[in-house]
Order: sequence, then C-alpha cells, then structure tokens
Amino acid sequence: MEKNELIEKINEVLAEEFEIEVADITPEANIKETLQLDSLSLVDMVALIESEFGVKIKSSELINIQTFAALYDFVNDNQK
Amino acid sequence: MQNRVVITGMGIYSCLGKTLEEVRDSLYHGKSGIIFDPVRKEMGFRSALTAHLEDPDLKKVLSRAQRVYMPQQAQYAYCATVEALRNAGIDQDYLNTHDVGLLYGNDSSTVPNVKAVDAMREKKDTTLVGSGAIFQSMNSTVTMNLGCIFKLKGINLTVSGACASGSHAIGLGALLIQNGLQEMVVCGGAQEVNPWSIGSFDGISAFSVREDEPTKASRPFDRDRDGLVPGGGAATVIIESYESAIRRGAPILAEILGYGFSSNGDHISSPNVEGPTKSLMMAIRRAGINVNEIGYINAHATSTHVGDTNEAKAIYNVIGDQRIEVTSTKSQTGHEMWMAGASEVIYSMLMMKNDFIAANLNFENPDEDSAKLLIPDKRIEKHFDTFLSNSFGFGGTNSTLVIRNL
Repeated sequence: MEKNELIEKINEVLAEEFEIEVADITPEANIKETLQLDSLSLVDMVALIESEFGVKIKSSELINIQTFAALYDFVNDNQK
Repeated sequence: MQNRVVITGMGIYSCLGKTLEEVRDSLYHGKSGIIFDPVRKEMGFRSALTAHLEDPDLKKVLSRAQRVYMPQQAQYAYCATVEALRNAGIDQDYLNTHDVGLLYGNDSSTVPNVKAVDAMREKKDTTLVGSGAIFQSMNSTVTMNLGCIFKLKGINLTVSGACASGSHAIGLGALLIQNGLQEMVVCGGAQEVNPWSIGSFDGISAFSVREDEPTKASRPFDRDRDGLVPGGGAATVIIESYESAIRRGAPILAEILGYGFSSNGDHISSPNVEGPTKSLMMAIRRAGINVNEIGYINAHATSTHVGDTNEAKAIYNVIGDQRIEVTSTKSQTGHEMWMAGASEVIYSMLMMKNDFIAANLNFENPDEDSAKLLIPDKRIEKHFDTFLSNSFGFGGTNSTLVIRNL
C-alpha cells in the first residue's frame, strides 16, 4: 500500500472505531488526546492496527508513537 | 422491626416487547416470541427453536468507552434499567446522591469468551484480544457495567443461581432493604440470546424438537411437552423501602411480602419435589399470609417432563385443592433462564395491574399431576391482589417470591 493511501486508511479505521471525525486527525496531533484513549482503549488501537494492517506494535515501541505521523511511519515501515 | 419493601419501577427488554406496554399487550393477546432459527440447524443443533429479539442499538445513547465493555445481555439490562428508573421517577441526580444498590441475576457470558479464546488461538498474542473481552466475559459483567454507567454506590454484585438467578436477586435485595442495609436496590435478571451460549444445553436433549410448530413447542404442563425452548433478554425492578418510596412520592406498585429459598441437595439437573415445596412454604410463611390469599401462581414450569411434573406436585402439596390459577408464561417466552425470575415478576405484575391472567399457551391435555391444578388454557379476566412466583435452577436451587398489589 502506498503511504498516502495507507494514511488515509489508518485515519478512516481509527475514526470509525473511536467515533471521531477524520478531519479531527492531523499528522502532528497527539493520538491519545485526539482519540481520547485511556490505557484500556490504547490496547484496542494496537489490536485494530494489527487486524487491519497486520502490523504488531510492541509495548516498548508504543512509547515512541505519540503522534499520528509517528504511527503512519511505523505502520509503513513494518508493513509486510 | 423490619422495613417493608416495595416495587416502584419496572423495565423490560424481552421477546414479548421492549416496553411494559408492548409486553402487557403480548401477554394479553397470547403472543408467542418463539421462532425457528435456521442458523442453529446449520451449526448442528438438535433443536433450532429460540425466542427472538433484536440487539439494542446503543450507539447514540452510550459512548464507545461505555459500550466496549458490554456484552449482549448487559445491553439488554441497560435498556430494561433505563425504563425501570424512569418509571420509578429516579434521575441521575438521585443516583449520584444516594447509595443505591445493584443485584442482578446472570450466569453466563459466552460470546466474549468464545471470541477471546479464538483470538488467542489465532494471534498468539493476548494484547490482540482487545480491552473489552475481560469485562464482557465475566459473570458479573452486567453489574459491573450498570454500576459504572449509572454511577451506583451501594451494594454491587451478580447473583448466579442458574435459572433462579433473577428471582434470588430480587429476594436478596428485599432482605437487604428489610434489614435496613440499603434503602433502594436495582434488581433484575439478564440472559444472553445466541447459539453459542446454549449449544451445550441443546446437547443434553433438554430442548423441544417440535420445530415444525415453533409457537406450539413451549407447552408447560401439557401432557405432550417434549422440552423447553431457550429465550432471554433482561428485566429490571426497582425495589426500595416503603418509607423511601413515600418520601420520594414515588409510584408504589406492589410490596414484596415474602422470599423463600431452598436447595434440593440432590441431582444436578433433575429437580425433586421436597426442595421446591420447602421454598414455596417458606415464602408464604415469611409473607405472613394464608394460602387462600394468593390469587395467581406464576409457575417456573419450563415444558420439561420431570420439571413440570415435580413442580405441579410441589404446588399441589402447598395449595391442595384450592382453586388458584397457575400458569407458566414460558409458554409465550420460552425459558428466559437467568432472567426468568425477574421477568416473570414483571409479567405477573402486568397481569395483576391489568386484571387478567394470560393463557398458559398449548395446554391441551393435562397429565396426571397438572390435572390437579387450575391451569387456564385461555386468558381470563380476573382481579387479584397477591401472586406467587417460582424459579428453580440447575443444581437444585429454588426461589419463591410472594408479591402483593398496592
């Protein structure tokens, strides 16, 4: 999947699952704040990324993924 | 001096309707909620009969963060509880400022467990099971969800007493109020409705196989009954001390006079006669009434051979030749299991408040024991002020409630 297409798809599935508008997502925005994630729903985001894109985010890697841009990069770099 | 316990609100989500009015009309007109579900046949079920009800759509009323922890039966219970609280005149401000308890019957949560195990097997990574599974899969899922959504601050626990769960929940709530430990308790019972949760029950040949006539399959007390039909949903009653109800100016619907219970100490699935008899007698004794004051008996009778026979014997042991109408509303709903004890209190309340007794559907020929009871096969118009409701469950748990009109 091309990166632009990937970004669009990530935004779409996150907006759908966490019930926000796609327009609320910007690359530099903080993921937790934008999606209103707590420690529990953060687990759901990890599960969602795995089921939709086949990319597992380990706890140790999650610490470095604070913004959507970081998430796009991580998924893009780890796509099979 | 014990506090009097009254019912001030009711709410229900059942195959007979999603409001009290719909359910009242279904009871009055003898509507059956039973269907044939072809999916179950494809899954290898011996009987594909089931009660039918849609899943609620709560997307617009609860946030994702609230819904993600709720399995099907918690969603049913939420709907029933919203209606019950509204009818009792209780708003969120009241719940925020009083220690309201919550005792709800529930004894399974199968689908979340199946999904979680499937995910673990497939993914080999527990994180990928998701955050909802642990909260959805526990037996106490209904009370943990309702307690958080409604911000309840009194006792909070689930009563798991098999098919008597809902009845025990109401009885135990009444005991807490009688003894001054709670002023108000939200009580009820919930039952999931899906093939996964009852496949193993189907597997022990407990269900009716009268698949060509779904609405005739549940036939409690009838000579030709061949098993139960599974059902479900949720039912909530708001119970509180009489003083609390008066203070609030609440609509007082009825008084819980007596709660009786017993355990058979016998077979895991076959009921006996002694245990239920003891439960009935205890409820009547604690109610402080004479048997002839009972105007209607809502039987547990699920349409199984031994269950209905032994309950008929137990009821006869207690009431003798007194002509008290006995029916099983399971002839319309199927067996609502963990929910049944609570829903059947509401069905009986609706009949008591509207001066009728719903027909025991499909009661065409009595057997030796049911012939000794007065079982109307058609609706009758009758005013009554006191009813008795039985609920019995696997393992030989028995619960009986005696309730009086106010």
